[in-house]
Amino acid sequence: MSQRVSALHIAGAFSCTEIVDCIYNGLMRPGHSGEPSPDTFLMSKGHGCMIQYVILADRGVLSEAMLDAYCTPDGKLGVHPDYGNPGIEASTGSLGHGLSMAVGMALAERGHGRDGKVYVVLSDGELQEGSTWEAVLMASSFRVGNLVAFVDNNDFQSLGRTSQTHPSFYPLTDKFTAFGWETVEVDGHDPVAIHQAVVARGGDRPLMVVARTTKGKGVSYMENVPIWHYRSPSPAEYLVAIKEVEAQS
Amino acid sequence: MRNAFSEALYEEASSNPEIYVVVSDISPAGSMAKFSSQYPERFINVGVAEQSMIGIAAGLALKRCQPFAYTIATFSLYRPFEMVRDDLCYQNLPVTVVGMGAGVVYSTLGGTHHSQEDIAVAGAIPNMQIVAPCDPLECMEATRWCARQKNGPVYLRIGKAGEPVMTKDADPWRFGKIRYLRRGTDVCILTYGVITAMAAKVADALQSQGKSVALASVHTLKPLDRDGIVEALRNYSHVIVIEEHAPQGGLAAQSKQIAWDVRATCRLDTFTLQDSFIHNYGSHDDLLAAHGLSPARILSQVA
Repeated sequence: MSQRVSALHIAGAFSCTEIVDCIYNGLMRPGHSGEPSPDTFLMSKGHGCMIQYVILADRGVLSEAMLDAYCTPDGKLGVHPDYGNPGIEASTGSLGHGLSMAVGMALAERGHGRDGKVYVVLSDGELQEGSTWEAVLMASSFRVGNLVAFVDNNDFQSLGRTSQTHPSFYPLTDKFTAFGWETVEVDGHDPVAIHQAVVARGGDRPLMVVARTTKGKGVSYMENVPIWHYRSPSPAEYLVAIKEVEAQS
Repeated sequence: MRNAFSEALYEEASSNPEIYVVVSDISPAGSMAKFSSQYPERFINVGVAEQSMIGIAAGLALKRCQPFAYTIATFSLYRPFEMVRDDLCYQNLPVTVVGMGAGVVYSTLGGTHHSQEDIAVAGAIPNMQIVAPCDPLECMEATRWCARQKNGPVYLRIGKAGEPVMTKDADPWRFGKIRYLRRGTDVCILTYGVITAMAAKVADALQSQGKSVALASVHTLKPLDRDGIVEALRNYSHVIVIEEHAPQGGLAAQSKQIAWDVRATCRLDTFTLQDSFIHNYGSHDDLLAAHGLSPARILSQVA
């Protein structure tokens, strides 16, 4: 996919690979007799959805042909998730929208008397949106215990390190705890730790998993280099990246 | 009108468990208090947080609920504009955004509480539908329709309190269709919303001058009843549009466009709010008059 189009956010996808993989393959329950999962996943950091597409394809929800047509005139998949495509539960891309929608979904599950859980992945840059904090306040005030949110805390956004541009954000966990969330901090590239953090939760309040991650994780020349928020690898760079990723898998 | 909205919503919620209301710290006037006490799990008060009001409504609709997002018009549409556009309209979800006290109804609160360009703003978004009832009965009809429709998002533009009943003997309300409140042969007044009461006074005055005057509630602003407007432009020698909205993007501007498109030959006079923030205070009528909307001024222009 990265070789066919130039506009993408590959480093932000690599930083949340293990989180999204853990949600789909470790946390969301399979549906009964061919039904969809009772649980919902929403990619609030829509720009990271390349990894979501790959995992959905791996699970047979998206076809290889759809991946091949990514961002092309014949395709349906773009740089941000679009509601209506298979496996995509909400359109995102503009930051600060996903958490409120996730709260609404979680309230609907509760209102319908179902036990569906809602999983949502936020970026750390997205925490600068005031709307995110409205939703943080709502989720805990309404005691939406079936909501699990993750911050992909890769410490980078377009203009540099978040901890340097906005140092007052840190420490993150204290803020969510103060707002009434159950909060846990984990190594966001350790799937076992992520899984454990979620299954060990109390469940009477929303859970915020602050996941320490590395932007561009797995590809040496991308790791923590801001330009890879947008850039696509050249053919030579692509081969290096594939070699490095395969060596780790 | 807000009591009529609340009553209709409460009735709909009583028979449909998918009806939710997400409010932003608005006073629970009329039946809204009944709704909140009877269906607390479906009455969600986000406080002063309009962006999450719309986002939560979208999340509910993504799970097949039929939510209403309800607060004062400026705060239900302008403050969370991108949520309305992306979460509701882009995803085409059947959420009703209720703009209460629209226009300059909040006549002592200043420009921060006036929604004088809301139809232009909402109407520019793909998938958005706009309904602006003229009296409490029409508001109930519109609310019931919003509660049952699955087309997509609706901006329901309503007044506040004290609007006279004008549609008791009118034809049945139909979404997307002009509704005649009285029939005539010489002049046709097209209007909608709270200012319909003023339009009725203008109609009365013209009738006392010997003219036969029709008065129509153009309650659905999007999709506009183009055929109905064309019919009025063709059947009457004089058409008057009276609206509590800026000159751009409302009924006046669209009627002129349609008139041009169909080479209408009638006289067409339009009366709107000014394209300006006026710093006036007083009654609703005082504010409208300050914008140039009063029966006396309109009558002096259309004579």
